[in-house]
Amino acid sequence: MKIFLKIRQTFSIDKATFLDIFIIPILATSLAITIGLLLLLLSGESYQTALRALISLFVGSFGSVSALSETLTASTPLIFAALGIAIGFRAGLFNIGAEGQIIIGGLAAVIVGFSVELPLLLHLTIVLAIGAAFGAGYAFISGWLKAFTGAHEVITTIMLNLIAFRLLDFFLRLPFIQKEGRNDPISKSVLETAELPRLLGFIDPNLRIHAGFLLAVLAVVLVYWIIFHTTIGFEFRTVGTNIHAAKYAGVNSSLAVILAMSAAGLCAGLAGASQISGVLGRATSGFSAGIGFDAIAVALLGRAHPIGVLFSGILFGALVAGGREMQVSAGVSLDLITVIQALIIIFIAAPILIKSIFPWFFPKT
Amino acid sequence: MKKLVRSQQPINMTKAHGPLIAGSFLILLAIFVFILFGFGVEGEATFRLSRPSDPYALPNLVLPAENFIGIASLIIAFFGARLIVKTPKEYTVFFAISFFLAVAAFLVWATAGKSFSLTGMLQATVVRAVPIALAAMAGIMCERVAVINIGIEGMMLAGAFAGALFGSIFGSVLGLLIAITVGGVFGLILALLVVTFRVDQIIAGVAINILVLGLTSFFTSHLLKKNPHLNDATVFKAIQIPILAELPIIGPMLFRHNIFVYLAILIVFSTTFYLFKTAYGLRARAVGEHPKAAETLGISVIKTRFVNVIIGGMIAGFGGAWFTLGSVGRFDEGMTGGRGFIGLAAMIFGRWHPVGALLAALVFGFADSLQQKLAILRTPIPSEFLAMSPYIVTIIVVAGIVGSARPPQAIGKAYVKES
Repeated sequence: MKIFLKIRQTFSIDKATFLDIFIIPILATSLAITIGLLLLLLSGESYQTALRALISLFVGSFGSVSALSETLTASTPLIFAALGIAIGFRAGLFNIGAEGQIIIGGLAAVIVGFSVELPLLLHLTIVLAIGAAFGAGYAFISGWLKAFTGAHEVITTIMLNLIAFRLLDFFLRLPFIQKEGRNDPISKSVLETAELPRLLGFIDPNLRIHAGFLLAVLAVVLVYWIIFHTTIGFEFRTVGTNIHAAKYAGVNSSLAVILAMSAAGLCAGLAGASQISGVLGRATSGFSAGIGFDAIAVALLGRAHPIGVLFSGILFGALVAGGREMQVSAGVSLDLITVIQALIIIFIAAPILIKSIFPWFFPKT
Repeated sequence: MKKLVRSQQPINMTKAHGPLIAGSFLILLAIFVFILFGFGVEGEATFRLSRPSDPYALPNLVLPAENFIGIASLIIAFFGARLIVKTPKEYTVFFAISFFLAVAAFLVWATAGKSFSLTGMLQATVVRAVPIALAAMAGIMCERVAVINIGIEGMMLAGAFAGALFGSIFGSVLGLLIAITVGGVFGLILALLVVTFRVDQIIAGVAINILVLGLTSFFTSHLLKKNPHLNDATVFKAIQIPILAELPIIGPMLFRHNIFVYLAILIVFSTTFYLFKTAYGLRARAVGEHPKAAETLGISVIKTRFVNVIIGGMIAGFGGAWFTLGSVGRFDEGMTGGRGFIGLAAMIFGRWHPVGALLAALVFGFADSLQQKLAILRTPIPSEFLAMSPYIVTIIVVAGIVGSARPPQAIGKAYVKES
């Protein structure tokens, strides 16, 4: 408990905020993992398997340099996409469409990545920019519909996700995009000039952490600055808090909604592009791998605050990396991680639940 | 008095755009239909209306393709222009007719020079509309008491899973009952989260969706894959209604189905009766429109919301069981494929009225079955685009209709009881 006090004093955080942003997420995560392990026992696995699963969850995420590298690699697209969702939350928008925006952004990035020949840095920049632009454009549809017809963004983004899955399957079978000599939906590989460099390649070329993680950290700072220190960020937050007050105050709420949604799509598109040029190198049918949905949980866990998103993104990256290790060494399906993530969302969204389960952490009111 | 009520409504400058956008869309649709289907089409489209074995056989419906498509696109363009010029408040009907005509033109184009069983497709339409209509009913039950239920998709998935698992162990009837119960349990969880703990309704719904997706996928790989006999339920057999099943077109369309179709129709009508003809329904609607006033009159807002959301969950669980017990008998990961969300769109399209939602569900069911049946006709359109069509329609519907439809007033707001 002393270390918590130290953290509080260093960052001059009052007790209520401290409980809110540190203790509740920690308790929620531990509780979710506990329930996940109980589920494992319920499905007929032995205690030993559950124990091994728990251990490999930690070993696979933080246990070694390569585990750490995997954690940060997995967290990179999550941070990008969750930043976008956080911007949406700030503007009162619930963007469930990150998955679709990742697909469209990643698809655009992979096409530019293999079809254009450009010098090293320029090519990479263009690939990322195109990915971001297409993600933004895809989200723009929902933002525009919301602003001008009132169509709820939750429904439209979900539909756009489903459309994106079909579009991806269609494009991956086009002869121009499909890898030569393959019948399954798989794209050509991006050129070497379009790959994000590996950060720890000099230690071991198998360490997958790439420059995208640094870009994600940079994006965190940028989004923080935009949300809290610019006019447009202020408008986003006003629209999100009270749209009628924002209109009376002269904020162009339609424009703010469209911009916020597009910005969200831009971040998601970057997530797709960084995944393509940093990890995968090519697009396959399921390359988005549910990152867009996990990112919703990351944004919620991070309280829609960029710094919070950074840390919760790393936590979720750890869950993914640990989950893979769990799958390999304990034979536990990766779907257990999905369950744990959903439980984390529920516990974070209902802090009363946590407070009634662990009453001794919280002051009586 | 009316003016007073108006002023309480949120200032929404965007509302006037609704008819304009819908109108422009219809004109675009007309041009699209004309150019894409009207050019170079020849011959006649033959639609088979009955099977040779039917006791009362109807002659085939033969349409000249070129004329039909031309007239259809003209009518759509006329409706579009009318919407733009007159901006009427009620344009759902025009929209629906136009959409129907566009689809008919497409069908005629695809069938030109060939023959196609219309009855077979209508039968598939009704079957495919079942889960969408049930999702919409679940949505209506919840939204009428001002609880947004994004989690219907998850509740249906849970119902589908429970139906397959318990249907394999205990038989289909008990499996169906357990699926309904499981749906109700998730309804209870949603109600607990949003009514008791006042969690944001959309977040709670999304969490339920992710949770169920994870749980069902987890148990599929840990339980069902290892024990295939647990994922092999008997599908409910079709029950032919005597005499009625012999009628041409209507017989195969409505009276040769399994229990899910008949019960779904029953649920639609009992939901209507419950909401609009019983005291409980009146109370439920009051809770959705103005919870404080309802509470003042002695209605328990909390209890009403709990009961309705749980019933909604049970309906969703029943709709989910259709995927396994009413259709294929086995569970596959994520097999609901967005039907729960499409059901929500059907609810909006049907303006939160069960019968309206049923009609909307039939439109979506039609699009769904169209995609299936068109494979037979070998159209040059890639199957992915056909598969997308219900989703695109959903977006258009939600965008075009929303300005003219009004959800229950208190929607999305948690209720805090004053002591």
